[in-house]
Amino acid sequence: MKKTLMKGNEAVAEAAIRAGCKCYFGYPITPQNEVGAYMSARIHKRGGVFLQAESEIGAINMIYGCAATGTRCMTSSSSPGISLKTEGISYIAGADLPAVIVSVQRGGPGLGTIQPSQADYYQSTRAMGHGDLRLPVFAPYSVQEMVDMTTEAFELAEEYLTPVIILADGLLGQMMEPVSFGDDNSEKPGKSFSWAADGHMGKREKNEITSLRLYSEELEESVNKRFARFEKFKENHTRAEAVNCDDADIVVAAYGSASRVVQSAMEMARSEGIKVGTFRPITVSPFPEKALREACKVAKKVLVVEMSMGQMIDDVKMALEYKLPIEFYGRQGGFVPGPEEILEKIRGMKV
Amino acid sequence: MARLCRKVMGKIMPKFTRAKALEDKQTHYCPGCTHGVIHRLIAEVIDEMDIEGNTVGVFPVGCAVLGYQYVKFDGVQASHGRAPAAATGIKRAKPDRLVFTYQGDGDLAAIGTGEVVHAAARGENITTIFVNNTIYGMTGGQMAPTTLPGQKTQTSPFGRDTDKVGFPIRICELLSTLDGVAYAERVSLHDVKHINAAKKAIKKAFEIQMEGKGFSIVELLSNCPTNWAMTPPDSLKWIKENMVPYYPLGVYKDAEKGVTQR
Ligand SMILES: Cc1ncc(C[n+]2csc(CCOP(=O)(O)OP(=O)(O)O)c2C)c(N)n1
Ligand code: SF4
Ligand SMILES: [Mg+2]
Repeated sequence: MKKTLMKGNEAVAEAAIRAGCKCYFGYPITPQNEVGAYMSARIHKRGGVFLQAESEIGAINMIYGCAATGTRCMTSSSSPGISLKTEGISYIAGADLPAVIVSVQRGGPGLGTIQPSQADYYQSTRAMGHGDLRLPVFAPYSVQEMVDMTTEAFELAEEYLTPVIILADGLLGQMMEPVSFGDDNSEKPGKSFSWAADGHMGKREKNEITSLRLYSEELEESVNKRFARFEKFKENHTRAEAVNCDDADIVVAAYGSASRVVQSAMEMARSEGIKVGTFRPITVSPFPEKALREACKVAKKVLVVEMSMGQMIDDVKMALEYKLPIEFYGRQGGFVPGPEEILEKIRGMKV
Repeated sequence: MARLCRKVMGKIMPKFTRAKALEDKQTHYCPGCTHGVIHRLIAEVIDEMDIEGNTVGVFPVGCAVLGYQYVKFDGVQASHGRAPAAATGIKRAKPDRLVFTYQGDGDLAAIGTGEVVHAAARGENITTIFVNNTIYGMTGGQMAPTTLPGQKTQTSPFGRDTDKVGFPIRICELLSTLDGVAYAERVSLHDVKHINAAKKAIKKAFEIQMEGKGFSIVELLSNCPTNWAMTPPDSLKWIKENMVPYYPLGVYKDAEKGVTQR
């Protein structure tokens, strides 16, 4: 397959168009502006719509309306913008609509920095809006994975009737890597859905798209159904990658950009004779608990590395039921840790 | 109107039938509330234009939150104030559908000001049905952006004090300054004559949309007898005597005719 050198943000946009994304709504925010720029220059030539909204709130509600018609659509943003989208995401989830949302994390809180960060792990795995709500969250670690996950996310969103989150960060969004794309389905007509509110044309009963369920029985039932779908998603699509864990004394867990650095640190540690393995959640929601327990079978200690004060570490602790000593190394403020820093930490762990 | 004629005691009497585009359902609106009248007007226009199958209505957070249950066409319930954005998403995906938003004054003129202004500025080819009853009906009668100076509400118990909380927003005047707006008209529902005029305005707005001419809005001066603490007849009188002078009726924008009244 032919490879193209592309920025993560642009590759996501191209992957979406090829996956048959018909509408993109977004609002500018660094470090994800290339997604909108790419879309605005290309999607209309391939049968789609680009619209720059008045705000992230506008954009996510355009997604809500568009998704309500059963049309494939995507939005992207970064931390402060994702915060603004969360009410809308909750409505999309509550109305059981499919959508793809790309979150390119930057440092916070507040306006923070435009530099990469992993400080929105809690946000995307726990707090994509109010209400009882769990969403699938993919955490790519390369431009190629950004492409593959975006492609897959459209299918899964429709299959499981849920927003699907791609949790990237400024580093992945900005860096260039060679990537290959799958089929170009941009010209194919989208699927039609029996639930879509796109005008009944006298051919079916009317459809109502709503997250309002005033009766407790009705709301409880809808939440239960949604969680049952999430459980099914968990069974079928929870993903992780474990490397050199079979004999590892120390398992280092990291996702996304941090996991790239951890990979180099592991190799350096191994060459010094320290038995280190790595564990990379590919879906961070659902969290790959079983795979982590499997990876830590012989481990004496676990190290979690994140570009934050430690958020995924909570999932690691819960998955391991606090049975192993778990240490943490993190950088904030937009710093990406270097492999030497992590190696230093590993050396100090003394197993 | 969807009337049939029948003879009652020797006289030809109009017989009201339910508009086809309305479900045969009891609404949850308070007695005498004009929300029900507006639903009927929209449904009658949709019947007359024969576009029920081609219509998607976007309903607000507000007393009309369940509006989609009362109509026979497809409906989408939007988050508070964001109906114009949701309608934009629908319209961009399905440009040949009639897409309208139905919004109260809290929904449109407070939390959703940004969305409606930008949908209008873009010339988004949708119609907004703006129900101005000078109050937050659903949450129990708080002050709205459209509450009149001196008007008592739950959160302006001594009357709206313009020194402290400023002045009402006149939405039709505001939006008519935007080039994307094809049609803006303010109508009132305080008597039959005005209700008939309101229906004409809605029809005009929908036709403008179907012709692809851009954003259209009809503002309807409406009541909230419950939170105004008035009988329905008194509330209609109150619209006529207090709202109409502050919110003058008329066409504020008709791009076709070159009318822009500010
Ligand atoms: C984000 C958010 N904020 C506040 C509310 C509470 N709320 C529900 S309806 C409403 C006001 C509705 O007033 P209006 O739009 O004038 O409609 P009416 O009920 O008068 O028809 C408010 C504030 C909400 N549902 N969502
Ligand atoms: S509270 Fe007011 S606006 Fe709401 S249904 Fe009752 S009368 Fe109508
Ligand atoms: Mg109101």
